[in-house]
Amino acid sequence: MLVEAGSGHSAGPLGMADIFAALYFHILKHDPKKLDWEERDRLVLSNGHICPVLYATMAHAGYFPISELKTLRKLGTRLQGHPHRTALPGLETTSGPLGSGLSQATGMALAGRLDEASWRVICLMSDGEQDEGNTWEAVMLAGKYKLNNLTAVMDRNNIQIDGFTENIMPLENLRAKYEAFNWHVIEIDGHNMQEIIDAFNESKAIFEKPTLILAHTIPGKGVNFMENKYEWHGKPPTKDEAKIALDELRTLQGQIRSEHQ
Amino acid sequence: MINPNANLNPKIFDPDIEMVPTRNGFGEGLVLAAENDKNVVGLCADLTESTRMQAFAEKFPERFFEVGVAEQNLVTVASGMAAVGKIPFTSSYATFSPGRNWEQIRTTICYNDVPVKIIGSHAGLSVGPDGATHQALEDLALMRALPNMMVISPCDSLEAKKATLAIARIKKPCYLRLSRDKVPVITTEETPFEIGKTLVMYEGKDIAIIATGQMVYRALQVAKALELHKISIRVINCHTIKPLDNETILKAAEECGGIVTVEEHQITGGLGGAVAELISQNFPVPLKIIGVEDRFGESGEPNELLEKFGLTEDAIMKAVTSVLRKKDK
Repeated sequence: MLVEAGSGHSAGPLGMADIFAALYFHILKHDPKKLDWEERDRLVLSNGHICPVLYATMAHAGYFPISELKTLRKLGTRLQGHPHRTALPGLETTSGPLGSGLSQATGMALAGRLDEASWRVICLMSDGEQDEGNTWEAVMLAGKYKLNNLTAVMDRNNIQIDGFTENIMPLENLRAKYEAFNWHVIEIDGHNMQEIIDAFNESKAIFEKPTLILAHTIPGKGVNFMENKYEWHGKPPTKDEAKIALDELRTLQGQIRSEHQ
Repeated sequence: MINPNANLNPKIFDPDIEMVPTRNGFGEGLVLAAENDKNVVGLCADLTESTRMQAFAEKFPERFFEVGVAEQNLVTVASGMAAVGKIPFTSSYATFSPGRNWEQIRTTICYNDVPVKIIGSHAGLSVGPDGATHQALEDLALMRALPNMMVISPCDSLEAKKATLAIARIKKPCYLRLSRDKVPVITTEETPFEIGKTLVMYEGKDIAIIATGQMVYRALQVAKALELHKISIRVINCHTIKPLDNETILKAAEECGGIVTVEEHQITGGLGGAVAELISQNFPVPLKIIGVEDRFGESGEPNELLEKFGLTEDAIMKAVTSVLRKKDK
């Protein structure tokens, strides 16, 4: 997708691939064939720049043809460079400029509670966007209203465009900060499927608090030359690099043989 | 003469005309809108009483959300509520909302195309003593530049009430501009109000004054005063800055041959800008834009400020004279 597009973000989407797979194939209450199903869970992707993994997962879940993924970022595409609700049915909102997704999710959760709805709101956000004041305005409000129908997932991959998060703007202690704002915090290995699923189940059982799943992830997961390299935050691979990357992903970095070899 | 079909307040030119802030009309309208539709919700950033959301908050406490002094969150939370079916009204001072949170309004409300209502109170110079920090003079420009956004600036409290009820029914982002100070109630319950449709309040053919907000009253005063001098002025209340009523404004350009616009806003990007964009490309006629001339306000009483910044009947009369002179050349 990214090679075809010629621009876009590599590391973040790979780091969140496991969580997206868990969401769309196990956790979310959704139906790709019934987009206006009132009871569906609402998913907000706050750091919209990792949308390649959102689009790829949605396509595989049946929202649109997989072949359409190659239109990413191209003129006339439904797969805009950052997610746009009115362009692609199945998206709950328009997002991308950092720091505003959690506010949108908080608004949805407040409305859901007002209507005594059974659906839940899940907000995926990055660690870099914890720099934004708007994020903390939402953290405070969700804590104030004890929004137990809201689960936020922070992709704690430690990188942002300019470098490592703790060099750009130290964020720790994130657990203590969220707990101080009346959130329930669960820390997980963001690549361990069982931990991912357990955390979402636990969040449903928490009363009187929103939940933050602090997901420790490896940016560029599965591709040796991308893993933990902040330089891969905001660029696509070349055609040759993509070939190596896809080969590594398919063979678990050379550990297994596959039919693609 | 006054357009009889406008059903204006018969006491319009009396010195003891009733004075009410436009924000009061919003407060009444919001309660009515909430009674009509259970999806109407209200959010405020710690200015519930002064933006007149108080009555709604007391009557519908479960539908009222206090977000604290956090204007970015105010509108973005509202966008989330709107995305799942609510009709959120957000209120603060116009300098802060839509002043501080423009990008959130752009992305999560306008681009997202959800029906959030941005209520910007205390707009214009007439905030008075609080000074320039609190006098929004750029809000119309900020909101007018955004695709999908409708921009409404009512002339009095009754019109503000009608506008509130009207925007509650529209499934689009809307900006409603309100003022703090008491202004004359020039309309009546029977005065027509339709979003996107200006109202000719005074009939005339020599020149048109297109005004918005409380400046409509001053334009009417000028029209009446100059009638004695045999100058026939058409006064158009342009309560909707976007979408602009192109038809009525172009007709005025054609029939009157000269236009003066008046607004309590910077001369760039507001009502005058909108009218200039329209007529210069379709039917150019002499035009004078009256507003604040590229500077900030200051502390003072509302009338002192309007005087100092040239938003008076005298200034309008001078502009009328100058446009008439150009028109004759």
